[in-house]
Amino acid sequence: MSADVIDVVAVAPDTPLEARRPLAGQVRGALRLWRTRIGLALVTMLVLVALFGSVVAPHSPTAFVGAPNVAPSATARLGTDALGQDVLSRFLHGGTRILGLGVASTALGLVLGVAVGLIAAYSRNFLDDVLMRVMDVILAFPQIMLALVAIATVGPTAWVVILAVGLTTMPRVARVMRGAAQPIVERDFVAASEALGESRFRIVFAEILPNVTSPLTVEASLRLTYSIALIASLAFLGFTTSANAPDWGLMIQENRIALTVQPWGVVVPAAAIALLTVGTGLIGDGFARAAAGIDRPRGEG
Amino acid sequence: MIAAEVPTARRRRSFVTRGVGGFIVRRLLLGLLTLFLVSLVVFAATQALPGDPARAILGRGATPESLTALREQLNLNRSIPYQYTDWLGGLLVGDAGTSLAATRPVTELLGDRLLNSAFLVLCAALVSIPISIAIGAYAALRRDGAFDVSSSLITLVLAALPEFVVGVALIVLLATTVSNLLPAVSSIPPGTAPWADLEGLVLPTLTLVLAVTPYVVRIMRASMIEVLESEYVEMARLKGLPERRVIWRHALPNALGPTFQVIALNLAYLAGGVIIVEFVFNFPGIGGALRDAVSTRDLPVVQAIAMVIAAVYVLTNLAADIATILVTPRLRTRLR
Repeated sequence: MSADVIDVVAVAPDTPLEARRPLAGQVRGALRLWRTRIGLALVTMLVLVALFGSVVAPHSPTAFVGAPNVAPSATARLGTDALGQDVLSRFLHGGTRILGLGVASTALGLVLGVAVGLIAAYSRNFLDDVLMRVMDVILAFPQIMLALVAIATVGPTAWVVILAVGLTTMPRVARVMRGAAQPIVERDFVAASEALGESRFRIVFAEILPNVTSPLTVEASLRLTYSIALIASLAFLGFTTSANAPDWGLMIQENRIALTVQPWGVVVPAAAIALLTVGTGLIGDGFARAAAGIDRPRGEG
Repeated sequence: MIAAEVPTARRRRSFVTRGVGGFIVRRLLLGLLTLFLVSLVVFAATQALPGDPARAILGRGATPESLTALREQLNLNRSIPYQYTDWLGGLLVGDAGTSLAATRPVTELLGDRLLNSAFLVLCAALVSIPISIAIGAYAALRRDGAFDVSSSLITLVLAALPEFVVGVALIVLLATTVSNLLPAVSSIPPGTAPWADLEGLVLPTLTLVLAVTPYVVRIMRASMIEVLESEYVEMARLKGLPERRVIWRHALPNALGPTFQVIALNLAYLAGGVIIVEFVFNFPGIGGALRDAVSTRDLPVVQAIAMVIAAVYVLTNLAADIATILVTPRLRTRLR
């Protein structure tokens, strides 16, 4: 009980900085938590591998450096894969695609989801119903299902993956944004902007959007985690742009047959994907905890 | 199929517009409408094939005869509304067309696999639901204690991991490199019941359980904390009821409401999760079949499995809404 009293004091609406700049306050609050710092460290490390790994890789990712499935040696420090390619070099090259597609599809989903969610909340009429029913239909599929239907029809190109993952991320973001914007829409400053004759576009994106940034950052990191996991899963199922592309997900699939003789080809990329998603997950949790302390006053509780 | 429901709805207006029964009927109609829209989306996806679908499926080297045969088989020379109604009508009577890769009826191919997948999902649900409700409720009762802190960290990490990483990690730890306790692949010979090879079922089930449990634990914990702080629980305590009765009679039933929604979402999620998990363990279910059908571009199979998974998804959400109403005393009285 005493913990709640402290909570209520901390979220009193006249807290100066947080009230004026909720995003800055949330980021600062999140960075005070160890989980956010650990998450940031993990993500930074793997982003560096993905961006600069190809520069420091000792071999080409598709060069044959020895017999297949050989244990680590001086030429191949993590051994070779099923085709006799260097596991270390393929690992250093293999993060770019996952990270790039993950960020692109999450960005697409966030932009569309924020637009739909805020417009639905602001319109308060049939448009709200229509938009949210359309979102419900997309939500009636598991994300991976829709991505697979798209891949079956068009093929596993980068654009198909970005579109499929982005479009299925959209309704999830839209729901959260609509929920967050609904109480904001009723506030006096929105009515004031309407009276001043501001355009609807400006009201939605310049007046309402800045008031929902803290659920948005939480949702963004959550969605990035899931998008990366989904794209890695699709690669693991074998759906990458080219058959022998260096890709952490595909590497695990290719090398898992030889798991007993050469585990490195599986363990290293699996650990990289795990650390990346756990890292973004930790950052998201840090943001969520910081947000809970800023703008989520405990109603009657 | 929606029109068929309307007369019933009209005849029993008083039943439909009010009360728990009305809520169920309305949710059922909404579920049917969603399924209908989903079928449009699945069908439209196949129309998105650039150019001639028959050529796209068979590739450049296709002979004119095989192209004509495939066009005939896919009804491509008919109008699009005809193709759609033909496909949907077939699905409703259990005829999902012919597999392009196996040249056998899709239903024949998927029958056994559907049973296997259903059994896998059932096992995962039966294991994960009670465990996660218990963990969540206990964490809430011992809020900020050692159990709560460690369970929240573990669920955070598990929720972030893709299922295939969890599955591969389990194979490394339990089935190959580190120890050799369990088989890494589950093989169910055709015509055998899925429960014949229980040992091979352990790792796929465990992977799905680990994928789903974190979400249910979290929502159960949050909802239990909210209920424990509510006025009616305080009231029950002030009345002098024993703590055990407060928890079992007053707190737990009300905390389960929001949890049912998340359990349903996650059961529905299991229907998608089987795609990855079945592939990891070579489990002969519809998930693995979908992966193979996608890589061979076997569109009738892809469409059929997509509809099955979507139907499971819609129905579980429906069941959750109804269960939530029935189990939450507050909501039940509000509908009356």
